[in-house]
Amino acid sequence: MNKTRASGRTVGGLRTLSLQAPAVTLLLLWMIVPLGMTLWFSFQRYNLLMPEMTGFAGLENYEYLFTDPALWSAMGTTLLLVGWVLAITVVGGTLLAVLFQQEFAGRGIARVLAISPFFVMPTVSALVWKNMMMHPSNGVLSWVAESFGLPAVDWFSSLPLTSIIIIVAWQWLPFALLILLTAMQSLDEDQVEAARMDGAGPVAIFFFITLPHLKRAISVVIMIEMIFLLTIFAEIFVTTSGGPGLATTNLAYLIYIRALLDFDVGTASAGGVIAIVLANIVAIFLVRMVAKNLED
Amino acid sequence: MTTTTKHDRLETSSRGGGQAVPARSAKLPFLASANTRKLGLTVLGWTVALLIFFPIFWMVLTGFKTESAAIADPSLIFSPTLESYQAVQERAGYTRFALNSVAVAFGSTLLALLIAIPSAYSMAFLPTRRTKGTLLWMLSTKMLPPVGVLVPIYLIFRDVGLLDTRTGLIIIYTLMNLPIVVWMLYTFFKDMPKDILEAGRMDGATTFQEVCFLLLPLTLPGIASTGLLSVILSWNEAFWSLNLTSSKAAPLTAYIASFSSPEGLFWAKLSAASTMAIAPILVFGWLTQKQMVRGLTFGAVK
Amino acid sequence: MATLQLKQITKSFGDTDVIKGVDLEVNDREFVVFVGPSGCGKSTLMRMIAGLESATSGDILIDGARMNEVGPADRGLAMVFQSYALYPHMTVEGNMGFSMRLAGVPKEARREKVLEAAKILQLEPLLDRKPKALSGGQRQRVAIGRAIVRNPSIFLFDEPLSNLDAALRVQMRIELARLHEELDATMIYVTHDQIEAMTMADKIVVLHDGVVEQVGSPMELYHHPCNRFVAGFIGSPKMNFLDVDLVQSGPEGVRIRLPGGEACTVPVDGSRLAADSPLELGIRPEHLQLDDQGPLAGEIKVLERLGGQTSLYVQMGEAMVTLMTDGDVAHRVHDKVRFGFAPGRAHLFDAETQALPSLHQHPLAGLTRHDNRLSSTSGCQ
Repeated sequence: MNKTRASGRTVGGLRTLSLQAPAVTLLLLWMIVPLGMTLWFSFQRYNLLMPEMTGFAGLENYEYLFTDPALWSAMGTTLLLVGWVLAITVVGGTLLAVLFQQEFAGRGIARVLAISPFFVMPTVSALVWKNMMMHPSNGVLSWVAESFGLPAVDWFSSLPLTSIIIIVAWQWLPFALLILLTAMQSLDEDQVEAARMDGAGPVAIFFFITLPHLKRAISVVIMIEMIFLLTIFAEIFVTTSGGPGLATTNLAYLIYIRALLDFDVGTASAGGVIAIVLANIVAIFLVRMVAKNLED
Repeated sequence: MTTTTKHDRLETSSRGGGQAVPARSAKLPFLASANTRKLGLTVLGWTVALLIFFPIFWMVLTGFKTESAAIADPSLIFSPTLESYQAVQERAGYTRFALNSVAVAFGSTLLALLIAIPSAYSMAFLPTRRTKGTLLWMLSTKMLPPVGVLVPIYLIFRDVGLLDTRTGLIIIYTLMNLPIVVWMLYTFFKDMPKDILEAGRMDGATTFQEVCFLLLPLTLPGIASTGLLSVILSWNEAFWSLNLTSSKAAPLTAYIASFSSPEGLFWAKLSAASTMAIAPILVFGWLTQKQMVRGLTFGAVK
Repeated sequence: MATLQLKQITKSFGDTDVIKGVDLEVNDREFVVFVGPSGCGKSTLMRMIAGLESATSGDILIDGARMNEVGPADRGLAMVFQSYALYPHMTVEGNMGFSMRLAGVPKEARREKVLEAAKILQLEPLLDRKPKALSGGQRQRVAIGRAIVRNPSIFLFDEPLSNLDAALRVQMRIELARLHEELDATMIYVTHDQIEAMTMADKIVVLHDGVVEQVGSPMELYHHPCNRFVAGFIGSPKMNFLDVDLVQSGPEGVRIRLPGGEACTVPVDGSRLAADSPLELGIRPEHLQLDDQGPLAGEIKVLERLGGQTSLYVQMGEAMVTLMTDGDVAHRVHDKVRFGFAPGRAHLFDAETQALPSLHQHPLAGLTRHDNRLSSTSGCQ
């Protein structure tokens, strides 16, 4: 009896294994090989411009990186970028979700328009904002400012980081809206009606019913956005190229500069390790949450 | 929300000014002026939606302008022309970039689906104790920041000759989207009633027939939206395409980025090219928005 | 000709034993119902017979051949699922013909077979519809049709009526009985509803916690339950149970003292009873009669008038007793009533909740619906 059971399990196990093998193997390679190499390079002297300089560097790369003011500036920029975009998209997304949950004429089309920016490729949205919205002389924004008699703003030279934040927030606000709107639709109408019977007005309903219901979705939005926002690249690449100076150089862009412009593989890898560590801190919480959700 | 409320309250009190404790007994006060409220919401909702959509709208509009009209003072009135579209089409590159995008996005999606379907099938229908862990581990690979592994991937690609090739990008995008594709398929398969597959087995279907005749046709909408999400993500991906391609295999993301150079101030052409680049994806996105939430949040939001 | 035998079947999921050694014999053309509360293992048992679940140990024999390692499609069975499990993307005809399509039967032959089954079930006008466009009862019939088409030696039904409303359920019950008659096939039917079991079965198998509590004809289970569980499970409203004191026991009857002090003799074999062992009296609500001279007394707490009958819920000391009486009873809530019963209707259960064997076999207990078929029932151990 025990024998049958044991062999049965092995056969089932083998079948499962063979079906999952391709996906698991590929992802394992995808994760381990580059990760291992990044870690390895981060302890090596390795500069493509100086092929004679090789060998174990110990913590030199990290030391160099941590004493480089560019790193701290890039970290600060990354934090500001992530923080502001999160604040704008989460608060804005919640309010918009409440708005688009209400019934009004043409709501379906309005919703579709509002979530559209999320599907626009980052290079397009960055260039459209840079050239057509924020251009100091021909942009729509300066035209609007001028028609109100205000001075035009040269967005990318006087407010470079703000400009990037606006562009990125414009892309991710629809994401928050889409997720929160979906979450909102699972809110039990009876609960809202019960609250109304208990005398709750719209504001009370928002704070005591809607917001608690959205709590989980909001935290998911925060975590997912964080992981993507930590490594924003294309928007910076096509608008400011990290400048002026280091004003808009975030961690991702700094690593790009070190690796593909300075060819300093060692330092770039050390930066990569830092980026991985940062992303993983967030990822742990996210994975935990998804795991908890798998239970039910 | 708060502004709507204030707005509504004002409306209500101005209308029902005479009655001291008016609507409560009949209906709750904020419902009293249902029509005014609906009108206000319609105006507000559409204003917000149009504001958010405006840059896209403006870009589409600019694509139909002449270069000189494009940089002139913003105006809705102009004589539309297809000049820029023709120019972009004629500019040697565009078709090639577009083809690269199509090949890379659809190639990687197809490949990801092929690898993911058996995996998701076994996870959904032959679960073991390890299934949950495997699934979560797959998701966690998605959270690896690309910039963290840029250097080794670049070097590997350089050494094996995959830099600036479609194959290279397809490999990267397949791996990038694989966890999401497995995840989404898994949730769609999981939603499929087990009874139906068992009924098929009672009717004499082999595993292969079970998958082909029952599972795939029944989860086709799910598979399609999974595929579309994968296409959208690959199509719009900009980090790897900017770093791993230069001219030969560059997709539209990289092509559009080439307009960032100061001498390339051709707004109308940029707009025309951009419009063509985002139009199909916008449509895909609109079509699948509901099911996409599943994939984007790994099922944490329903 | 189709018989089924289960020999010492067990099933464990991990450390949980769901089926703990089941022996069962199903005769040719018999309608056997597995009944029991949810979680008793009845569905698992059926799924093992179907081949959708493998038995942890024991043998499954169909027509004498061991089937444990045979795939579900090759056992000569067809199953009707609780959810019907219709293929939503196929028409009614496609659903019913799917097994033949897999087996490579040509289209015309398929159609002929499907039409034949559709005729039996009055499904002909619906053949081109998709399941979505059918009502619950129609879907149910398609599911049955899909089973008929396979021409199985044994039909398996897994709670097939539980998704239908009450009126439709009665109708389908009648239809299933008619179908059994018409197809002359062996049928195994799982339900948690004892009314379905009573009305349709030739033989009922009462399962509880993975163990067969009793196998027998409906009347046998009703009149001669082997133990307190079966006694309480079969019959509606539920049997009343009262603690009673043993006065004297013997092979000719057991004398007990009822709550309230009066004594009576129940005609059961009490020879195995030890002196002063605790006893429980079981008496069905329909066997309690209002009687001013009756030995039992209490106060009516709730009164439900169903029209033809009236249920009285009577408080008797600590216990609440249900009486099923005539619809014309004029009593009201809070009335004090006396009632009694014929001792031959009463059941006695010992400390192990086993029933003491009745001295007189009920005349209907051995009867099945088809007198030409002898149902082999196991009786009590």
